[in-house]
Amino acid sequence: MIDLETIKKQLQINLPDAQITLRDLTGGKDHYEMEIVSTAFHAVTPVNRHRLVYGALKTFLDSGVLHALTFKTRTPDEK
Amino acid sequence: MTRDIMAEIKQEITDHPVILYMKGTRLMPQCGFSAAVVSILEEMGVQFKDVDILVDAEKRQAIKEYTDWPTIPQLYVKGQFIGGCDIVRDMHAKGELEPLIKKA
Repeated sequence: MIDLETIKKQLQINLPDAQITLRDLTGGKDHYEMEIVSTAFHAVTPVNRHRLVYGALKTFLDSGVLHALTFKTRTPDEK
Repeated sequence: MTRDIMAEIKQEITDHPVILYMKGTRLMPQCGFSAAVVSILEEMGVQFKDVDILVDAEKRQAIKEYTDWPTIPQLYVKGQFIGGCDIVRDMHAKGELEPLIKKA
């Protein structure tokens, strides 16, 4: 289990301009849905956008505190 | 002989035009994200191979390294990694998945 603030802080280390909205899907604090808005996604394919996010959260995924997360990525210009 | 798990994965992905690495099987998915991808594929009526990584710890680890992708499910079409649940769902919603798979 991991809380929202920890995830946000970790993401903002790699994606400093990221605007992050998080929702706890089950109330169990291990399945989250989030939307991440960052200029870093500009001209990056969906798979590589996900890799950027997974990369930022690697510690949590490797240790298993974060089992799964579902997220949408967009740049500030995208709807 | 030691098992060459990377070669095994490569072979599977080559042999099956549409292949899903998932938790559980298509009949009994063990995770909501795997189940979501199964239902999209079934809705499209495509033939696909399901590989249950829960019964194979070595493959579970190897598939993550194979594609540098830390989560399951993982969908491959014609040997190419398409994405996990979010990307598959998103592509399906935009109508981008079906043409890709129908050509497989």
